[in-house]
Amino acid sequence: MPSVKEIVQTMEYGVAPEANAEVLRWLDARESFGHFIGGAFVPGADGESFAVENPATGEVLAHCAQGTEADVDAAVQAARRAFPAWSGLPGHARARYLYALARLLQKRERFFSVLETMDNGKPIRESRDIDIPLVVRHFYHHAGWAELVESEFPGKGPVGVCGQIVPWNFPLLMLAWKVAPALAAGNTVVLKPAEFTPLTALAFAGLCQEAGLPDGVVNIVTGDGETGALIVRHPDVDKIAFTGSTEVGRMIREASAGSGKKLSLELGGKSPFIVFDDADLDSAVEGVVDAIWFNQGQVCCAGSRLLVQESVAARFVEKLKARAEKLRVGDPLDKSTDIGAIVADVQLQRINALVDEGRGDGVDCWQSSAPLPNNGSYFPPTLFTGVSPASKLAQEEIFGPVLVVMTFRTPDEATMLANNSRYGLAASVWSENINVAMDLAAGLKAGVVWVNCTNMFDAAAGFGGYRESGFGREGGREGLHEYLAGKPAKPARKPLFPKPDFSAAPAARTAGSAADNTIPALDRTAKLYIGGKQVRPDAGASYAVRTADGSLVSQAGLGNRKDIRNAVEAANKATGWGGNAGHNRAQVLFYLAENLEARAAEFAARIAHLTGSGQEEAIEEVHLSVQRLSYYAAFADKYDGRVHATRARHVTLAMNEPWGTVGVCCPDDSPLLGFVSMIAPLIAMGNRCVAVPSQVHPLVATDFYQVLDTSDVPGGALNIITGEREALARVLAEHHDVSALWYCGTPEGAAAVEKASSGNLKATWALDQTAIDWRDPAQGAGREFLRRATQVKNIWVPYGE
Amino acid sequence: MAASVTMFEQLPRNPGTALKLALVEDQRANLSAIERRAASLPARRSLKKEWQAAWLLRAIGLIDLTTLSGDDTPERVRRLCAKARNALREDLCIALGLSEPVHTGAVCVYPTMVATAVKALASTGIPVASVATGFPAGLMPLKLRLEEIRYCVGEGAAEIDIVVNRALIFAQDWPALYDEVRQMRDACGDAHMKTILATGDLKTLRNVARASMVCMMAGADFIKTSTGKEPVNATLPVGLVMTRAIRAYEEETGFMVGFKPAGGISSAKDALVWMAMMKEELGRRWLEPDLFRFGASSLLGDIERQIEHFVTGRYSAAMRHAVA
Repeated sequence: MPSVKEIVQTMEYGVAPEANAEVLRWLDARESFGHFIGGAFVPGADGESFAVENPATGEVLAHCAQGTEADVDAAVQAARRAFPAWSGLPGHARARYLYALARLLQKRERFFSVLETMDNGKPIRESRDIDIPLVVRHFYHHAGWAELVESEFPGKGPVGVCGQIVPWNFPLLMLAWKVAPALAAGNTVVLKPAEFTPLTALAFAGLCQEAGLPDGVVNIVTGDGETGALIVRHPDVDKIAFTGSTEVGRMIREASAGSGKKLSLELGGKSPFIVFDDADLDSAVEGVVDAIWFNQGQVCCAGSRLLVQESVAARFVEKLKARAEKLRVGDPLDKSTDIGAIVADVQLQRINALVDEGRGDGVDCWQSSAPLPNNGSYFPPTLFTGVSPASKLAQEEIFGPVLVVMTFRTPDEATMLANNSRYGLAASVWSENINVAMDLAAGLKAGVVWVNCTNMFDAAAGFGGYRESGFGREGGREGLHEYLAGKPAKPARKPLFPKPDFSAAPAARTAGSAADNTIPALDRTAKLYIGGKQVRPDAGASYAVRTADGSLVSQAGLGNRKDIRNAVEAANKATGWGGNAGHNRAQVLFYLAENLEARAAEFAARIAHLTGSGQEEAIEEVHLSVQRLSYYAAFADKYDGRVHATRARHVTLAMNEPWGTVGVCCPDDSPLLGFVSMIAPLIAMGNRCVAVPSQVHPLVATDFYQVLDTSDVPGGALNIITGEREALARVLAEHHDVSALWYCGTPEGAAAVEKASSGNLKATWALDQTAIDWRDPAQGAGREFLRRATQVKNIWVPYGE
Repeated sequence: MAASVTMFEQLPRNPGTALKLALVEDQRANLSAIERRAASLPARRSLKKEWQAAWLLRAIGLIDLTTLSGDDTPERVRRLCAKARNALREDLCIALGLSEPVHTGAVCVYPTMVATAVKALASTGIPVASVATGFPAGLMPLKLRLEEIRYCVGEGAAEIDIVVNRALIFAQDWPALYDEVRQMRDACGDAHMKTILATGDLKTLRNVARASMVCMMAGADFIKTSTGKEPVNATLPVGLVMTRAIRAYEEETGFMVGFKPAGGISSAKDALVWMAMMKEELGRRWLEPDLFRFGASSLLGDIERQIEHFVTGRYSAAMRHAVA
């Protein structure tokens, strides 16, 4: 050790290790961990275990049980048994438990911080000052929601047993994000921590015992991806919440398709960090440090793509390199460490492979000269300049302390480059000009936008992605929805319609209806409606449309995948619709209602003729459709976002944004009301629709073209493709440029849609057509439709001069 | 440890530059982002044991031991000087392995006390700093303010802590501010000039950044936060803005300008945070007395207590250390 006299010249920082004796004692007393099921630690069913290492040293910290089918089943059963009593507790009682958990965590904050750092490799400063305080905050916040959930979400209740799978980058924080809202809403959980980092979850289990949480409310099963898959597939799990890679998210989407399980996914990202020439550059440099060199860059929302305005790019990169040189890489338990260990050797190898491949791309790779420890998994701060969007480095999530730098010239170009990604988790914008900053914030396809800040989190704000970064939000009011379900009175199941004959061959009239000698009605040709124009189906094919009693009425266009392609292209071009003020969209919807009403008798006659319903029922359907258009017209400028109460001197705007292009597959029945009830909330919120109307009674929708034409609906805002619903639904579900899909049809169709949607992980909403009475406004209309028609973007704007 | 002897070469004085308005107006300071950085700084670097003791020892050599009170008397100033010369108890110096007494970076007094201090510090090498230019408000005619500088220099002050005319900053009248400070620098002659921005009066960090830049262009050797008389003194956010301005000025001109936070820094822990900030933002070189000073009166006492704790393992008491 150098002497004081020597240090006073070198002015080095020296070592400042955080004590970990308490944690070591705790680990020593537990050589191997079992699962936490039904309020007790139990050994794994088949005795298999895996070693958990400290990535900073390679030392084995503990052995944990590898969860098997029997373990998962026992945990789900325990959760199921606990559910009635837990969900039946008054909210105030659940609040007391959550409050106790928050308090206990706070009282043991250092223990959890040290354990987290040893298990994960993150610097103690981060676990101590960021992770654990956010965990505590999350439990406090949701203790509050437990208190309020009943009064604030009338008509909603818990989902049931939630299967929750969390990643290794923020082990306890991700547990908190999952467990706190689930418990607050009255659910019980089976949680699987990541196999690299299960220890704080197991310590948390001890805390649940300490808090006296009823047995089975929280169950923790350890294991690898296999164990996770068992949870996803378990038939008695009602909801899956997953945070992790997009790849695994996709598998979960497919595995849970058609199961009826509620699903929320927080997946990967390649988030842009955008610096304008009028930014406080030194502060923006610190922002980059917090964006990509926080938690070794192992952050789903890490600002890993730096976009700098050309005029300041060279200066900014120089500043950044100088700053990165100051970062200390080393022992995570040292209080002066900035960058700790990569979570596991396999991850380190992955980063190395991607970086080596990147070097080959002919770009400039800079790494800080900070010495790395000899043992353990470490990677230096790394910066790639001269990267083009086409480079793999700019596209793929590296999940390490590796930043790629690109430049832009104008705000438009910044937005374009930022949005040039399959992901859409977060973005950071730096400018001292509020016009520039807010313009970018509005245009970025990201669930979270930080203005002049980055990686800001708070329990009161929603967090979650656009695009392939997943769907659903965690935190705040919007996050609670993921753990709530509607509890409508089950309507009587309606009979199924026979599937139409989609043959393109000439069809016979109904048997016995011989041609008479009267002059035939003038033949009408129902086409498709794409981009505001009636177009013939690509295949040049039509199918016979019959009344309920089987007599031939006419033909409808038999849409195919190319028609869907054309319709989606038309919809994607109609960007002006979502950019309109809500007032303008309201005007168009009111006008639609007006023009539909003007032709009410005609539509009613058509419905009665086609469906065989009585005239009165048909008149009611038209009347309700007019009413529904009017209802959503009214909402077009009233479904407001919120300002979340996060931190002091911050405005956190939760904006409801349209998805973009949404596919809509309508039920067989209620050919007008079902169609209107689905498209009206979507277009009211600014989405563009590609709708497949009732495949049995498509002519009601094709009659609707004329109403659209006379109501100032801009071309492309609503496109209608008639034909076989299941076939067209599949094309829509697979289409990478369709952002969301509403499907009302059969359970098999729903399963197919959900499975096919995994390609771009579009949000789907599947409804059983036999279970909805569209006439009932409690089932066929309401805020839930608007919530499903939008995604929430949280924009953080700190202020002060 | 003699403050004047360092392992580094003597730096050329900042001669100043022409007023570059574009560079002044280009200064930006985002309050929230700067506050976040300031909030994380103390937690990012931790100093323990030998390292803490060494850093505190260095801190002593960076202190402008100050008395700026209406009740100052020559006797009081002599006491201060005596403390400046023997800033750390002898047994503690020995325990730290030092062969010479430890002294502070300078003493800082009012103009009428300069002669007393100079005499009291004769042959110690400890410079005497004097406030001037109508300290603390600076609201005297320019002619008198300049004359006051010349008086202090004539009395033997090696360093002059001037205050800037805040009205010119509120008016964003950078040419006028530049012109005044330029004249003050000329009046200082060979004495080093520290320009006090009175950041507590300026309110916005953008004002602080711009005024810092103008003062450096006008030839400031140091920029200093506060007189100690404003309601808010040296804060870390202000310190960050000023150190970043120093960095920007060096990038622009190649000249290194010193920094002096003053007022409100009274604990050893605070001192370490400020020093870590200098090392992180500007580098090791800014931990030398020719580029960094603390304006402080009670800081030394706490440092002595902490060093005694390091040496003995027991928490110390103020009465065990000589007062100024």
